[in-house]
Amino acid sequence: MSYLPFAVAGWLFFVGLYGVVTSRNYIHLTVCLTVMQSSTYVVLLAIGYRDKATAPIFAGISRRARTVDPVVQALTLTDIVVSVVVVALLLSLTMDMFGRAKTVDPDEVRELSG
Amino acid sequence: MTTLVPLTVAVPLLAAAVIAAFGRFSPAWADNVVATAVAATVTVLATILLVASAHHDTIHWFSGWTPRHGVAIGIAFTVDPIGAGLAALAGALMTAAFVFSWGYFEEVAHLYYTMMLIFLGALVGFALTGDLFNLFVFFELMSVSAYALTGYRIAQPRVLQGAINFAVTNTIGAYMVALGIALIYGRTGGLNMAQAGEALAGRRVDGLVIAALVLLTVGFLIKAGAVPFHFWLSDAYAVAPAPVAVLLTGIMSDLGLHAIARVYWDVFSGATADHAGAVRALLVGVGLLTALVGGVMSLLQADLKRLLAFVTISHGGIFLVGIGLLEARGLAGASVYVVTDGALKGAFFLAVALAVIQLGSCDELQLRAKGRHRRHLGLGALFTICGLGLAALPPFGPFLSKSLIDEAARGAGYGFAVPLVTLATVLTGAAVLRATGRIFLGLGPKREPLLSELPDEPAAGEPEAEKSRRARLVLLLPPVALVVIGLGVSFAPGIAARAVQQAARFQDRAGYADEVLRGRTPELPPLAPHRYDSADWAWGAVSVAGSLGLASLLLLRGRLRVLSRRTRFGLVWRPARVLKAWHAGAIGDYAAWICAGAAGFSVVWGVLLR
Repeated sequence: MSYLPFAVAGWLFFVGLYGVVTSRNYIHLTVCLTVMQSSTYVVLLAIGYRDKATAPIFAGISRRARTVDPVVQALTLTDIVVSVVVVALLLSLTMDMFGRAKTVDPDEVRELSG
Repeated sequence: MTTLVPLTVAVPLLAAAVIAAFGRFSPAWADNVVATAVAATVTVLATILLVASAHHDTIHWFSGWTPRHGVAIGIAFTVDPIGAGLAALAGALMTAAFVFSWGYFEEVAHLYYTMMLIFLGALVGFALTGDLFNLFVFFELMSVSAYALTGYRIAQPRVLQGAINFAVTNTIGAYMVALGIALIYGRTGGLNMAQAGEALAGRRVDGLVIAALVLLTVGFLIKAGAVPFHFWLSDAYAVAPAPVAVLLTGIMSDLGLHAIARVYWDVFSGATADHAGAVRALLVGVGLLTALVGGVMSLLQADLKRLLAFVTISHGGIFLVGIGLLEARGLAGASVYVVTDGALKGAFFLAVALAVIQLGSCDELQLRAKGRHRRHLGLGALFTICGLGLAALPPFGPFLSKSLIDEAARGAGYGFAVPLVTLATVLTGAAVLRATGRIFLGLGPKREPLLSELPDEPAAGEPEAEKSRRARLVLLLPPVALVVIGLGVSFAPGIAARAVQQAARFQDRAGYADEVLRGRTPELPPLAPHRYDSADWAWGAVSVAGSLGLASLLLLRGRLRVLSRRTRFGLVWRPARVLKAWHAGAIGDYAAWICAGAAGFSVVWGVLLR
């Protein structure tokens, strides 16, 4: 097992989190969240990866053929679908925010505090 | 019986789809009737499952993919009385919210009912599932519908800001949960909780297991609003429409804590059995900190919705103490507390919405003395009962729950936690009672510079039309029903003893694995009758008297002149200002706190769990 994918996932998670912490624009912030999310795909796919294995589609290949883990691929797909909804919702909230407050900078909207 | 299990989730989801498809052709009242009936059905189904699961879990394997030779490939819902009880609470709160919506909204799009029903399906699925990835999907589903519902009545940027802060922080939490689940799957090859727990049990705890435990715990603590992951909660709950906020405050946060208990006992407890002390110390510590920070912050609010958001945070901390003690009585106390307190908080949120309708605001200072008219007597009584209930008034529901947690704390050598938990109930009870005194009796000063006021404009997202007398009666019904549930649960015969018994079963990892993977029913733990001891009564009296005393002190202090000006500044002003400055509504800060909190968890458990 190689540690490289896990290092990449960690990097993606923290660089995305850094973006969220320092973001001055809600759209940029949403994109940073999707960067964080990519780390979950990388981890999932790395866990199911096997050397010299093929895709887990058993039509036309021997049933004994060496394949990668299909479960994590299904999980990754689910993860993508679920998170697309979050991104769409955040972007639409951002549009509304721009419509009302004429800004997409989190620092300029400080209506809730204390 | 097992065929009922998937219905609890399928019925609301199907109804949501039907309303989404045909709602635009049907009148709004028809949507409401269908939605209310569905929520009531879910409540009944969950209650049946609660009773049916008293001796063994009710397990449903989807499409009949039962485990072979102890290996589970299929996805299961494993229903135990605690999970079923939470599902029933979700159904009851949703029913109350729908009945309230009927008189509350002037006009409401059919998609509101669709989203509420999806939310309900997700809450129930989250409480009942026995599969880790399923847990993540329901986590995301309930989060997404909650974000959309929070920003539902968009009137002001503050609503949008609350919804965005909610969405961003909880999404970070969801990714942490996903990463933790991926690591567990990589190590054990199982997504079924029982199977993952079997694979981890008895093996050495290494870095990977600790990383998974930290990721899952922190991810769920973000949802539960534990310090320092709680900042989003006060922003979101303060702007959500009242019927939605009932669900958020009454069940959603607490399900995050339930998930921690579930994942810890079913998956990790076999592996970390030798180091339970470290798990206990950190969870109880975080719980106490949350209870106190939430309690103090709730005293510093004039906006009643934000006040109640901090009450939610504070009491979530108490539940975390109960769960974190890793004792059957603590978990039983926390579970009963979630139900009783959830119903009371829901009732109080509806009472606040009624205050907006009848009195015109939900800001304590703007409302001063506005409720003195005889017409508002009923509302004032509702406020008072909720305040006393939150202060754990003996012998009602929250008192029973708090006594169980107190007894568990003394039993586990955490006796010092009892006064701190009591302090939290004193602070939160006093916050509600102070607002009650100011609004309905006209006590206290007109201005309080320390309290965060609402901007002087129509309250966020609340309809303001005068209601007919009939509508007002309908509006009063759901909060009264919730108060009756919240206070009355403790009088169900033998509830404490049964809760402890079921909690002990919940904490038996090997028994659960036997039941899920091999179909063997373990023996029931013994049923020991529960009696209050004198310490329970004493702490109950302290809590109620303390709440009333503190509320009176805060309202009447102008006449008493208790502290000198300089002491007031140093002891009260400066710390309060610092604490409030941290809750600044800045999403970047919140993400940084999440990062810091997760680092703290990693360091503590990384050192202590090996």
